[in-house]
Amino acid sequence: MTDRPDRFVDDAPFDPTASALDLERADLDAPGWVLVWRKFRTHKLGLISGLFIAFSYIMLPFWGFVAPYGPNERNEEYLYASPQKIRLFHEGEFIGPFIYPVTAEANLTTFQWEFVPDTDNPAPLRWFCEGTPYKLAGFIPSDTHLFCPAEGTTVFVWGSDRLGRDVFSRILYGAQLSLTVGLIGILVSFSLGIFFGSIAGYFGGGIDWVINRVIEILRSLPELPLWLALSAAVPSNWGPVAVFFIISIILGILDWPGLARSVRAKFLSLREEEYVRAAEMMGAKPGRVIGRHLLPNFASHLIASATLSIPAMILGETALSFLGLGLRAPAVSWGVMLNDAQNLASIEIYPWTALPMVPIIVVVLAFNFLGDGLRDSLDPYQD
Amino acid sequence: MTPLLTVENLEIGFGREQSVVRDVSFEVPRGETLALVGESGSGKTITCRSVLRILPRSAQVRSGRITFNGRDGVVELSKLTERQMRHVRGDAISMIFQEPMRSLSPLHRIGNQVSEVLWIHRGASEREARRDVLREFERVGFADPERVYRSYPFELSGGMRQRAMIAMAMVAKPDLLIADEPTTALDVTTQAQVLGLIKTLQKDTGMSVILVTHDLGVVANMAEHVVVMHRGRVMEKGDARPILSDPTHPYTQQLFAAAPEIPTVDEPAPEVESNDPILTMRDVNKTYRLRASVAWKPDMLARAVRGVDLALERGKTLAIVGESGSGKTTLAKIALGAEKPDPGGEVLFRPSAGGEPVVVNQMTREERTEFQKNAQMVFQDPYSSLSPRMRVQDALTEPLEIHGIGSGSERRDKAAALIEQVGLKSDMLKRFPHAFSGGQRQRLSIARALMLDPVLLVCDEPTSALDVSVQEQILSLLEEIRDRHKLSYLFISHDLAVVARIADEVAVMRAGIVVEQAPAETLFFDPRHPYTKALIAAQPEPDVNRPIDLATVARGAGAPSDWPEAFRFGEDDFPALTTMSPGHKVRQHV
Repeated sequence: MTDRPDRFVDDAPFDPTASALDLERADLDAPGWVLVWRKFRTHKLGLISGLFIAFSYIMLPFWGFVAPYGPNERNEEYLYASPQKIRLFHEGEFIGPFIYPVTAEANLTTFQWEFVPDTDNPAPLRWFCEGTPYKLAGFIPSDTHLFCPAEGTTVFVWGSDRLGRDVFSRILYGAQLSLTVGLIGILVSFSLGIFFGSIAGYFGGGIDWVINRVIEILRSLPELPLWLALSAAVPSNWGPVAVFFIISIILGILDWPGLARSVRAKFLSLREEEYVRAAEMMGAKPGRVIGRHLLPNFASHLIASATLSIPAMILGETALSFLGLGLRAPAVSWGVMLNDAQNLASIEIYPWTALPMVPIIVVVLAFNFLGDGLRDSLDPYQD
Repeated sequence: MTPLLTVENLEIGFGREQSVVRDVSFEVPRGETLALVGESGSGKTITCRSVLRILPRSAQVRSGRITFNGRDGVVELSKLTERQMRHVRGDAISMIFQEPMRSLSPLHRIGNQVSEVLWIHRGASEREARRDVLREFERVGFADPERVYRSYPFELSGGMRQRAMIAMAMVAKPDLLIADEPTTALDVTTQAQVLGLIKTLQKDTGMSVILVTHDLGVVANMAEHVVVMHRGRVMEKGDARPILSDPTHPYTQQLFAAAPEIPTVDEPAPEVESNDPILTMRDVNKTYRLRASVAWKPDMLARAVRGVDLALERGKTLAIVGESGSGKTTLAKIALGAEKPDPGGEVLFRPSAGGEPVVVNQMTREERTEFQKNAQMVFQDPYSSLSPRMRVQDALTEPLEIHGIGSGSERRDKAAALIEQVGLKSDMLKRFPHAFSGGQRQRLSIARALMLDPVLLVCDEPTSALDVSVQEQILSLLEEIRDRHKLSYLFISHDLAVVARIADEVAVMRAGIVVEQAPAETLFFDPRHPYTKALIAAQPEPDVNRPIDLATVARGAGAPSDWPEAFRFGEDDFPALTTMSPGHKVRQHV
């Protein structure tokens, strides 16, 4: 403290020139995606969901290896077989994973097939065994499975359906179509949405007016009947793959207006930013302004809204297939499987036929959590 | 007498990081004003908010004691429960915020928002509250309290909204008013009036005031005591008069040196000769069409700029000064060809001395490309003028890339050279703009504007978003660059004191019209127009012996229809510019 009686003066050394060249926020000195990642990392639910989704997609080509049966492999002896438990202990003794073989017996009072386990003869599972041939990743022929039942027995982890097909294996195979239909749909919807949204938002005026009216017309159409009409128009003699593509494109075509609107709104606010005006003053052409300045600055928003619309696509496919208008057998998807569970009576007696709902719920929730997490970490420049 | 508020050894921090407020102590005596002075990041706002305990969620008060000796006896504010605290807020201690735009709810009528204070703290009936509120409205200077009571915030101007905020803070007759930069967002004439109002109210009610500000001029006009803060610590504190007349701490001295002042001029400057104008605006008008309030009524016309004739001499600086809404930014856009003037107007640009002029409002595509190389702009907000996703280097080389000038390595060399010229280091090229402070970013955007070697630079309030000391540095940089590159500036500002040091000629605008135009010295030596006089009088200066002359401000700051007879103008007819002396033109009836 100094000797002035009328005031307090700080006596720590003070260097007036010190701060001119310092970085004020060295912590923000990184590309945008690094900052987003740093913030996203702290969002536990989103992070776990993201890992789960990444795992699901990475495994898609390899489900054939994990599934003990092929997607359309029938076991005529075991229609509507109830789920079999994989056990580890037989009569108090550890003997590794095994099942009790079941035999079907007709119950003459209820007129149902009953599956009676033979608890005296445990049948251990075989590992890396030969089974139904399948194609790994769609093109490498293979017949090795992770596990198979012992000779002469079955392993229906989640039961079998009305044709005696293994529900567990079908759910794994179904993931291949159900999860990818969303991606293709999103691709279509994003290309359309970004294209129309950005020209409407950037140029404004007449183009904006026309695009907005088209969006309003598209949004005023009742969605479900339109889906139905469009998919009913798909020729019934087309193969399952062609139908799959058409379905995902239909989902995409109907989904873009919402996205175009949010792109347009974001453009309208971003183009008031001074860096955009600066680029225009420098003589940048519209394509450059959109590509170099506007899109990079809301790419993260786009990714977040993509993650939030994929579940809608998955649900859309499920709904269509459930109604019998989407994918058709022999293609396997979760919606096609649920088509079998339309009958209330059969759900009551064979509840495991409705099991494909579980992966749908889990995947849709995971996508929503991931999208929420991304959205929360989008603006890394805030404090 | 015990002080009203005592803050002892306050320490506040965020998360696990170092404290942003360290060892701050001060006292607020009864009936007097204490000013917390500092730049952005100095911790002054956090300090004053900690009194009311309205800190951001992640902030923690690490130590310290805040004692309030108000109407209910001595209480330690930091120990009260949240429930007891609610009784203090808005009642014994109230607060005015910086943004009058955002501190009133847009959905409720002003009267209801202000009455709410009385309903909550006094349990007043609607009728009593209304009576008190109307009386308060009258005191803060509303001509028609009834109308204000019924209006929504968007119907009022910024100054009026701030008055309503003050009424809201005052209606419960607090012991202590905390004003957090109450006038920073306002025009200088409105600022003078609002400051005057706070002072009058204080005299009437005997309350104490904590005034948070970055402007030493405001301090000199308002405060009895000063606390100067820098990076969370108190640099100097004591009575205002001795500190302002003889600052001791180097930081206070630095603030003083940087504070903009209206210069005292002994004689008028000679006329700026017009031999080689680089930019000429002739009869420029700009009318915007606004959608009428009802669909079936004809559109309304908003006249942003009316009858402007200006010429910018090569190598000189022409400043356009006016409050928000005076049309100065529209004029800048017209000068750069971003907007077209109404038919009949003309903007001529001569890239080289004696060369053929380009008509800016009728350029072909090739002419526009050429023009963009010659005329560039520096923007107001350093935080939004650089794209957050681009490295500094990409932002700087972009103009060259657009115009296809030079190879990649030439562009990078040029960027490196310019970044050194604006006072930064070339190793900053690889960084992202968000790491930089406001002043550094403004330097970057100046460097970007210089990349194309322009001859004309339009500066749109380049310093108004910056702290005073940084503002000083940026102005020096602009001057240096002008002389080195032989640039001409069209300088837009709302602040006469900023313009005073950089401009050769000044045009004062009001309601889209140039009301007075003169060389800078002449204007300060002999201001003629009441509005110019008001602008000069309203400028707060860090000199305790030169208080704001509110009478002069009031004469010139009103609507043009309230000006003295000789200067008055209405919606459509306005007097012509009259030459008073060579180069000095005033819009008045002769």
